[in-house]
Amino acid sequence: MATTGKVVGVNGNLVSVEFEGDVLLNEVAYVVLQEKRLKSEVIRIKGKIADMQVFEIIKGVGIGDKVEFTGNMLSVALGPGLLRQIFDGLQNPLPQLAEKCGFFLDRGVYLDSISSEKKWELTPRAKTGDTVRRGDTLGTVPEGIFEHKVMVPFNLYSTYKVKSIADKGEYTVKQQIAELEDEDGNVIPVSMVFEWPVKKAVDVYKERLKPVDPMVSQIRIIDTLFPVALGGTYCIPGPFGAGKTVLQQLTSRYADVDIVIIAACGERAGEVVETLREFPELTDPKTGKSLMERTVIICNTSSMPVAAREASVYTAVTIAEYYRQMGLNVLLLADSTSRWAQAMREMSGRLEEIPGEEAFPAYLESVIATFYERAGIVENMDGSIGSVTIGGTVSPAGGNFEEPVTQATLKVVGAFHGLSRERSDARRYPAIHPLDSWSKYAGSVNADKADFARNALFRGDEVSQMMKVVGEEGTSNEDFIQYLKGEFLDSVYLQQNAFDKVDASTSKERQKYVFDKLLLIIMSNLALSDKDEARSFFNQLRQKFLDWNGSAMDTEEFRKTEAELMDMVTNKSSEPMSDLIERFEKKFAE
Amino acid sequence: MRKIYNRIEEIKGNVITVRAGGIKYGELAEITSAHGKSLAEVILLDGDKVSLQVFSGGRGISTGDEVRFLSRSMMVSFSDNLMGRIFDGSGNPRDNGPALEENLIEIGGPSVNPAMRIIPRNMIRTGIPMIDLFNSLVESQKLPIFSTSGEPYNELLARIAMQAEVDLIILGGCGLKYDDYLFFKEKLEEGGSLSRSIFFVHTASDPVVECLMVPDISLAVAEKFALNGKKVLVLISDMTNFADAMKEIAITMEQVPSNRGYPGDLYSQLASRYEKAVDFEGQGSITILAVTTMPGDDVTHPVPDNTGYITEGQFYLSNGRIEPFGSLSRLKQLVNDDTRDDHRSLMDGMIKLYASYKETLEKKSMGFRMSDWDDKLLKYGDLFENELMDLSVNIPLEKALDKGWEILADCFTPEETGMRTGLTDKYWPKQ
Ligand SMILES: Nc1ncnc2c1ncn2[C@@H]1O[C@H](COP(=O)(O)OP(=O)(O)O)[C@@H](O)[C@H]1O
Ligand SMILES: [Mg+2]
Repeated sequence: MATTGKVVGVNGNLVSVEFEGDVLLNEVAYVVLQEKRLKSEVIRIKGKIADMQVFEIIKGVGIGDKVEFTGNMLSVALGPGLLRQIFDGLQNPLPQLAEKCGFFLDRGVYLDSISSEKKWELTPRAKTGDTVRRGDTLGTVPEGIFEHKVMVPFNLYSTYKVKSIADKGEYTVKQQIAELEDEDGNVIPVSMVFEWPVKKAVDVYKERLKPVDPMVSQIRIIDTLFPVALGGTYCIPGPFGAGKTVLQQLTSRYADVDIVIIAACGERAGEVVETLREFPELTDPKTGKSLMERTVIICNTSSMPVAAREASVYTAVTIAEYYRQMGLNVLLLADSTSRWAQAMREMSGRLEEIPGEEAFPAYLESVIATFYERAGIVENMDGSIGSVTIGGTVSPAGGNFEEPVTQATLKVVGAFHGLSRERSDARRYPAIHPLDSWSKYAGSVNADKADFARNALFRGDEVSQMMKVVGEEGTSNEDFIQYLKGEFLDSVYLQQNAFDKVDASTSKERQKYVFDKLLLIIMSNLALSDKDEARSFFNQLRQKFLDWNGSAMDTEEFRKTEAELMDMVTNKSSEPMSDLIERFEKKFAE
Repeated sequence: MRKIYNRIEEIKGNVITVRAGGIKYGELAEITSAHGKSLAEVILLDGDKVSLQVFSGGRGISTGDEVRFLSRSMMVSFSDNLMGRIFDGSGNPRDNGPALEENLIEIGGPSVNPAMRIIPRNMIRTGIPMIDLFNSLVESQKLPIFSTSGEPYNELLARIAMQAEVDLIILGGCGLKYDDYLFFKEKLEEGGSLSRSIFFVHTASDPVVECLMVPDISLAVAEKFALNGKKVLVLISDMTNFADAMKEIAITMEQVPSNRGYPGDLYSQLASRYEKAVDFEGQGSITILAVTTMPGDDVTHPVPDNTGYITEGQFYLSNGRIEPFGSLSRLKQLVNDDTRDDHRSLMDGMIKLYASYKETLEKKSMGFRMSDWDDKLLKYGDLFENELMDLSVNIPLEKALDKGWEILADCFTPEETGMRTGLTDKYWPKQ
């Protein structure tokens, strides 16, 4: 019999329940109000009292209200039909909710995450008599542009014989498509959908591999200087307004991956709206289909219940892992992980746990580490390779990276894209700090070239610091040109205009091509007699380069602007262009 | 059934505790003391112990005072009769008009389904170049005015209110100085806007718990009007007082503070108010402008800091001007695309040059020799500050754009501006 209980305390969205019978940690329970049932999760058990976080507005709950426990941990439904969806943190589909309830998020309304009416064209892949284990493919259905594998549910831990399998044809996700018989002769009916507890990593694979191949984001400063690997992790800390969200929006559009899961976690609803209104209209150049076909949005924005916010990142990563099992590269973008950490802090405070730094719970670090550990590239049981890459923004209090969430995150991620207030104030977007940021992954651009550029930036910055002390007059022409070159590199390559059709994304090929030309310019010896001439030359050069950035590759304009640009360099170069090119090639010969 | 209790077990700050059964979280009670009646709201249930925050404060409450539970949560009357009226934080009249009891609506209702939101698309013109040109205000936007005390933030608020084309203005006063309250009243009266305004004003001398109600009441009323097709502008001054009121209650309730005494849920609390800004498709909209004074002029103080993460940008008021650095409208790119084709480039280009001007200014203050380029920048900075930044400048956007080009041409050659050739060819003023 299901366990029941009654409310004995209400403190914000923390409700204490006295119960009869057995209760599981992380079990889902419902507080029963006259007309509504409010979903909750058990987060602490002490004797006969279970403390639960309620995922809804708590107003109106009183002492003595009935509580029904479900016996199940907080889970998500996995099956075909997740793509293109917009869910809240508990996988409630928001557009369907709107159809039912209108403008507002009425509490206590829970709809099917995956439509139980829609039919899918199943092609069976397993045969009667086959031996199968969790994660093995029973059949496939087309889901948009992908072949969706219908797998043996991950929560069936034995070895099974396929006793029966459905014929090719159309089925809803709830219909039985196979019967599996375990070693003891128990027969388990299987449909296309099953549940998996969100806080448990999906562990169905042969082995975890090392993330090596770059995930091309089409953002120059990232791909060239601070690359991210498929299956890797990275974080974007930055003060408000520095450009974290815009950076993630760009990545969600242009990143070269199969599937993007956007977890809008505790920040503005308006930002998600931009994505969900624009994506259906945008075509993915890779597939020719709308970007929505490859996207899932988990949306638990700042004014939505805070406990569901805590759950939302887990919902997102579980869905990501599910598609990874199909041999796909999945990118999870979480904005912002700080809001998730704050949700934990709010609950921890209500539970009166001993607070750590800035009142965050003592387990903050391990929880963050465990979350990022769910990224990875794996070889699945069938030999296919799939990956989950995780990129999380961090919103440090006061913009100070010394705070607990940033520090805990930096310990575990593979790349750090730190946004700086100075750069965003100066409209140097994306405001990733080129000297403070780092990446442990290899990029698609030759490492020597990237180092050379980094060096030029460093030198430029050194001169600029020095000039602050000795002034321009105390700086040699040579140093001054170094400074101008650093600035030039920054403004024409590291900065990228998100709102320009062409400049917003730079393909890997274009990056390689343009970067070579840029390095030629940096390497050139220029005959510039004084500082005014030098400044004016670089101003003109910059303008030409920006014009070049704005023209699509393989157009006449692109070639023309490039020729003009290189002419400008040739005219001021103290050596023939051919010599410069020779120097360049020698320097970067393999 | 009305539940009446006559035994208050604990009085601590503005929070009282009674033993009672069948009480719901968020329920209202009425407390009758020697000083009159006050509302109170249930904020904690522990067995039969019920804690309530008392709107008029704990002072003067006796353990023997009557506590009558009302079996409902906080509500406010909603009708066209609200127009032109002034109320306090509990919704009682502050003018001499009648109390309103009809058509009660809930406050602090659920948030809007993100899937029902639309992309903001209408610019709200203010005639202030630092807003229209550099950080356009957009219908349904939520924006704070970050300000040091002593800055003319209420003047700025009033000026935007008068100039903005909206149907209805709701002013929420949180700890408003009495003079400032009168100032708003006068200003709106002068501009003939009072009849399309509603005030919910908590002044600095009113009980602090009432301050907590102001944003919720104002926004609940705004929401209803918006659902009835009205374009509503909600002005709040000052959200820092609201946050401080929350801090006070949290400390009374012995909650673990997260940062400088503020409760750990400060972010969520502020967000649930600001996120009420919305454009209801086919109906009206809510735009929120809220003053946030920065204690110690410190933008990293928890209140402005959390606010900045929630709102869609901020206007940073300092030295009587809206500073280009620190100010931001995150929604500007949604509207500045189809104003004029030079809008965006001019906006970015002029700010980049202004940043260089600031660097030069620094160099100059350190006594370095000024190059030709520095001299150009110095001239530019002066012109920019006087002809565009000054708050007294009141010109339409198109004039401001033209002015921008004039200033650039006065100081630089086209290629020195870093602007693309196509634009300079088109807009560079011909002598
Ligand atoms: N790459 C970019 N290009 C141009 N503008 C940008 C870029 N990144 C950010 N911005 C500007 O900065 C604003 C704030 O960026 P946003 O990503 O929302 O900041 P955050 O998420 O860090 O608070 C944007 O609305 C936009 O005006
Ligand atoms: Mg953001």
